[in-house]
Amino acid sequence: MNLNRRSLLKLSTAAMALGITGLPARAQAIDELVIAYNVTLPSWDPTVGPSAVNPTIQGLYQSVFDQYILQQPDLKPAPGLLTEWGWSEDKKQVWMTVREGVKWHDGSDFTAEDVAWSLARVANPETGSPIQFVWGTLANHRVEGNKVIADVTQFDPTIFKWMYFLTGYVLPKAYYEKVGAEGFEAAPIGTGPYMVEKFERNAFVRLKANENYWGGAPEFKTVTIKFVPDAAARVAEVESGNAHVTLEMPYEEYDRLKGGPLAGVATPISDIGMIFLNDIEVMTDPNVRKAAAHAIDKQTIIDRLLSGYGVKIDTLQTPEYEAYDPSITVEYSPEKAVELLAASGYSVDNPVKFKIQTTKGFKPKDYEMIQAIVGLWRKVGIEAEIEVYEIAKHYELRAADQLAPAAFYNWGNSVGDPTTSTGFAMFGPSPHSVWDGQDLIDMIGPLWGEADEAKRIAGWKAVDKFVAENALAIPLLQYVQPILHAPGVVVTPHASGALLPHLMKRA
Amino acid sequence: MRLLRTFLMRLATTAVTLFGVAVIVFVVIRVVPGNPIAMMLPPGATEADVARLSALYGLDKSIPQQFLIWAGGVLQGDFGTSITTRQPVLALVLGRLPATLELSVMALVMAVIIGGFAALTGTRLRGTRTEGAIDVANGMALSVPDFLWGLVLILMFGVLVPIFHISGRVTPSLDLPFVTNFYLFESLIRLRLDLWADIVAHMFMPALALAIPLSAIIGQLLKQSLKETMHLDYVTLSRTKGYGENHVILREALPNAILPTLTLVGVQFTFLIGGTVIIERLFSYEGLGNMAIDAVINRDLPLIQGIVILFAAIFTAVNLLVDLAYAALNPRLRHA
Repeated sequence: MNLNRRSLLKLSTAAMALGITGLPARAQAIDELVIAYNVTLPSWDPTVGPSAVNPTIQGLYQSVFDQYILQQPDLKPAPGLLTEWGWSEDKKQVWMTVREGVKWHDGSDFTAEDVAWSLARVANPETGSPIQFVWGTLANHRVEGNKVIADVTQFDPTIFKWMYFLTGYVLPKAYYEKVGAEGFEAAPIGTGPYMVEKFERNAFVRLKANENYWGGAPEFKTVTIKFVPDAAARVAEVESGNAHVTLEMPYEEYDRLKGGPLAGVATPISDIGMIFLNDIEVMTDPNVRKAAAHAIDKQTIIDRLLSGYGVKIDTLQTPEYEAYDPSITVEYSPEKAVELLAASGYSVDNPVKFKIQTTKGFKPKDYEMIQAIVGLWRKVGIEAEIEVYEIAKHYELRAADQLAPAAFYNWGNSVGDPTTSTGFAMFGPSPHSVWDGQDLIDMIGPLWGEADEAKRIAGWKAVDKFVAENALAIPLLQYVQPILHAPGVVVTPHASGALLPHLMKRA
Repeated sequence: MRLLRTFLMRLATTAVTLFGVAVIVFVVIRVVPGNPIAMMLPPGATEADVARLSALYGLDKSIPQQFLIWAGGVLQGDFGTSITTRQPVLALVLGRLPATLELSVMALVMAVIIGGFAALTGTRLRGTRTEGAIDVANGMALSVPDFLWGLVLILMFGVLVPIFHISGRVTPSLDLPFVTNFYLFESLIRLRLDLWADIVAHMFMPALALAIPLSAIIGQLLKQSLKETMHLDYVTLSRTKGYGENHVILREALPNAILPTLTLVGVQFTFLIGGTVIIERLFSYEGLGNMAIDAVINRDLPLIQGIVILFAAIFTAVNLLVDLAYAALNPRLRHA
């Protein structure tokens, strides 16, 4: 090709025009679904490393891999790769029936061996699973026909719930052993609704529909998930028609765009906002804790700061959770707060003082919410100093039990079991608990191994009541996840917060 | 000879600088709050789980021990393994470096063109309203930070008149025949102008956002230098010889006036690479900066170390090149 300056300019202009006109348009029929996702995907192994326990990434994993048990959009379990499961009478063994006729993305058969191997792999401490302490309660995994049996080394009533929670994924034994960890990272396969076609770390993943998916072939045959961490850029992506679906944008932006050029869906998810109270300094005084809880007008904060997108909660359970008890309430009563503080010698003129820590921008309006709460506290005689910290610092301080007397945090619990909300948050011996009261430890202790399910749930409700009555933590709200999408797409939201392309249909 | 001695001296100081940076970064990221193990473990984990994972990632040893192990690996070309991606750090960092370099170079070229044009036009039309308008535009470009320019560009060319891509480096559906990660360069070499146009359509807005503040700096400094040079005797002499104003500015004044600007461009280029961190994040551009933010959020210690060391190496290398270029271009230094 004879290329001179003039011809290069001409070609460049033409090619630029091609590139520009190649931009997708919202009005066009959707052949390839494009999703602007709010996080990046660092690693493809859903069972080890930090990504495996990052709740925001689970939607990506669930597009490619299947969990042992399927979790429906309302958080309820359903038959997945396991069709039935349970304990032996004496609770010394678990059994699982494996679905037949399922294929891996490479066309090989999915078998019970894959399930047994996957469970044994994450139970092995050398694998590096962050959830090994759960998977390690099962041992001696073996296959009997299309059943997997394992011995229970320590009874955990939530073991089957973990099978649709973090790290609860089935990986291909033969393929993984053949290609190794590095090969799997480069070319991951699962049994999920989509197959990985192309992956650029920090940029995008392109998925192709698994036509043989046991749950039915997905409607969109090709899905591109672009990783766009910046909320303004994500909104611009859908507003310009470059993407068809996006999530987690400021509620003001959601209100501006839904019902206009875009459609929207905003439903409560399993994340809650709460304030940890540490049993140090003034927080050992029950009057101060209770006053702090009564002085917060949660509904007004939700209405004013979050445009009404939130559900007020008074326990660490949300209405979708099994141990949710609507009779447990904490009244908003500044008068009661003033009385309680007065009983301990505090007033507006002589306020009780403590520090409250919060993230800023980690969750919607987190800092602004704490500012509002501090304002409400000031009116009743509480002077709180705000300290902003990064989420990484929160984890480290919480693990070392060095949080301030009050600390804002968001807690996710997509399996909805009370052990993974109230249990882990409030059980003193856990390195991640903040309140270490012996009375609470005595209440929670027996519940970990309680085999009678009704008794177990009733026990957790009693714990929640005790926590609320003594203000040992201050639950604030259940978050609502905003999703914007092109009118040509119907999005089914999942209460876990996972955005799942195989649940999307053409309008 | 003197140039060679200077070069060797600078190389030696560069090695010391990099070692110092490595020590500081290594210690600081381990001392500041934010332990990757604490972030990884769910609330039900026990102390034994913490100890098990700390040992797995080599974080159970003392900081000096960890440094010695890491430094020993680095000397053999092993920068460790990323905690989050479970990939070798060196491969990850080198894989992203071309994207950031291409973006920075494109931004630099844009800045030089815009700034140079503004300076030459302002000098040519000095004392007129056009010069005043250029000064005002310069002031605006300088006072607004690059990420805000990025948001303005997204609104203008991404949403209102959607002619450029908002995120990414290349359209996901395109098949890339490249063997290197220098997509822009390689698409030109292969004469794949369709790919080149797509890459430029992705790079244009982030590069321009980075270029605007820098172009203002270049424009101001170059115009100032040109104005000062225009009063020198040799310029007056060339005018008396009958040369036109354009010739006087471009051929006589510019070669001398450009030297301070050249030094500034070199220094600013290193800041430009630093600036890519925010801009790459905003535009989801798959470069080092975007990766650096993820690494910091996830407290991926080996990856943070690798990225910082690489940034430090680029800074020192660019400064070295600028010094050598300055020495080569300046006759007083060249013939000293």
